[in-house]
Amino acid sequence: MIQLSNLHKYYGDKNRQLHVLKGIDVTIEEGELTAIMGSSGSGKSTLLNILGILDHFDEGRYLLDQQEITKLTEKQAAYFRNKFIGFVFQSFNLLSFKNATENVALPLYYQKVGRRERNKKAAELLEMVGLGDRAEHMPNQLSGGQKQRVAIARALVTNPRVILADEPTGALDSKTTQEIMQLFKEVHGQGKTIVIVTHEKEIADACERLIVLRDGQIANTTSKVSPL
Amino acid sequence: MNLADALQEILFSLKQNKLRTFLTGFGVFWGIFMLILLLGAGTGLRNGAEAEFTSDARDSVWLFSRRTSVPYMGLNANRDIRFTSHDLEAILRDIPGIKYASAENPVGSTSRADIVVRVKDRSANFGVFGVAENYFHIKKYQDVLHGRKLNAQDEQLQRKVAYIGKPVADQLFPNQNPIGKNIEINQITFKVVGEFFDKGRNGQMSERIYIPMSIFQKAWGQGQHYYRILTYQPESNVDPIAVEQQVVKLLKQRHRVAPQDRSAIQSHNMVQQVKEVNALFAAINSFIWFVGIGTLTAGIVGISNIMLITVKERTVEIGVRKALGARPINIISALLFESVLITAVAGYVGLVCGVGLLELVNYILKVIQVELPYFHRPEVDFQLAITAICILICVGVIAGFAPAWRAARISPVEAMRN
Ligand SMILES: Nc1ncnc2c1ncn2[C@@H]1O[C@H](COP(=O)(O)OP(=O)(O)OP(=O)(O)O)[C@@H](O)[C@H]1O
Ligand SMILES: [Mg+2]
Repeated sequence: MIQLSNLHKYYGDKNRQLHVLKGIDVTIEEGELTAIMGSSGSGKSTLLNILGILDHFDEGRYLLDQQEITKLTEKQAAYFRNKFIGFVFQSFNLLSFKNATENVALPLYYQKVGRRERNKKAAELLEMVGLGDRAEHMPNQLSGGQKQRVAIARALVTNPRVILADEPTGALDSKTTQEIMQLFKEVHGQGKTIVIVTHEKEIADACERLIVLRDGQIANTTSKVSPL
Repeated sequence: MNLADALQEILFSLKQNKLRTFLTGFGVFWGIFMLILLLGAGTGLRNGAEAEFTSDARDSVWLFSRRTSVPYMGLNANRDIRFTSHDLEAILRDIPGIKYASAENPVGSTSRADIVVRVKDRSANFGVFGVAENYFHIKKYQDVLHGRKLNAQDEQLQRKVAYIGKPVADQLFPNQNPIGKNIEINQITFKVVGEFFDKGRNGQMSERIYIPMSIFQKAWGQGQHYYRILTYQPESNVDPIAVEQQVVKLLKQRHRVAPQDRSAIQSHNMVQQVKEVNALFAAINSFIWFVGIGTLTAGIVGISNIMLITVKERTVEIGVRKALGARPINIISALLFESVLITAVAGYVGLVCGVGLLELVNYILKVIQVELPYFHRPEVDFQLAITAICILICVGVIAGFAPAWRAARISPVEAMRN
């Protein structure tokens, strides 16, 4: 599903260049539930953003579902983000002036899906993440856990191939963290490829595979049989 | 993505920041509103000045035949000069640059309304004038209230038809349409074909009845083609003063009037007045344009400022939208559509309010019957106002395009980091 080879990323200008990703080689199979760990500043978010085509990289190669992601136009990038990838952020990134349904429906707007169908699909997904009764709530009327559920529903609404989550439980308490992780496992059970960046051991333990980053390089990867 | 959908999307974000939306809108509203008032006041002033003129073509020249004051070529002084139809023909034939020429002859006196006009049991005194062909090309600023002016057929066929002023119609035919009715002038019956209003001399020029010159001469002209007054309009591309000198010289030769005789043939023109008024309004106009363009510029600067702020404020949102699959075109068009919507709506409201206020002023002036000197009927050149709004929108879009484009180009990660 995802193939990175010798991927490099630099920040800053020529003189004071910061080498953040130093030759990442990794393959993630379809349907895998993968966790990425590593100390702060090791480049986890940078890597995940590149996987999500939210950021550029400088060297190497990225294949997503056999397709070359290396040199995309803005328009093509938008297409891939919309069709192939669902992104879940630590800070939820819901639009504050849209209610839960509208937030979930937004990616479909960019697919030119009509309003009625959008909202129907959004309602289904809100139901799935257990927020069927919060459809009309605005983000500021929702708890952190509920917001993240809305965000997950939004990531799923276009039925993407890959879900990428950057510390999705980083702002949540441990009970809510467990609930959200449970939700990810359900989604995974439906056959989605999921990559989660996390600092939490219990999240990593719940995944099939663990990739540890250290200073912009993969320190080790371990796979185990799914606990499901 | 249909328009209604896009519109709703935009209304969402407008609602998000009501104050900013209002302020942008108000800037545009005020700009257009003031522009309309200025333009209206400008036309009001011009209309006021126009009212000071008579109903004649501005560059027309009127020639009056009087008595000679000096003897010449063996002829005595105090000789009565009368123009003839041959003079008219000679002017048209011998002087280049004449657009129209015509003549006027009063039945009674030129200035006093001294002819009795009857309709059945009613009668009143008015001035009655025979007028030659093309007369109404020169007296062109009369308003035709009903029916029509006199025309060439009336002249050729010696029709007994009359073109009457509004006071005449009001007195002889109160509360009736005078067209097709008969009036009697010195026992001759004329049919009314038209009613006019002439604002000249505060409306006194309306207390007149015009009839074709041909029937006038048949009835009162003693068979001779005498004219008391000649008039002509020069072509617009000739020097009016030079033409006037040539015409006067020609007439003096034809009637053997001494070149230095100033009273026998008198000519009147409004060239000087027209020049002064035009100069005044050129000045007023450029002032209006100066202020107007200033106002528009302020509006444009306002819009582009707001666009910059909007883009800056919404960078995170733009980043999120991009992460969800918004293409650059989605971002740019949404931002621009938004500013166009505000501008168009506010501009339109400004236009309506401005025009409404002008109409109100008009209405009040009318109701309380105040005749302000030098200020009449403030009006707006609607097309100009619409053009102004379009310019405002276009420049707003162009100005907003750069920040919108930049916002749409930065990577979602960078955008969301703000
Ligand atoms: N826009 C940027 N400009 C310059 N340096 C950056 C930028 N973004 C990240 N970095 C640097 O790149 C390195 C990796 O950052 P990254 O956010 O990927 O770390 P991370 O592993 O996600 O850390 P954390 O666990 O704290 O989220 C850090 O040293 C960071 O300072
Ligand atoms: Mg991070």
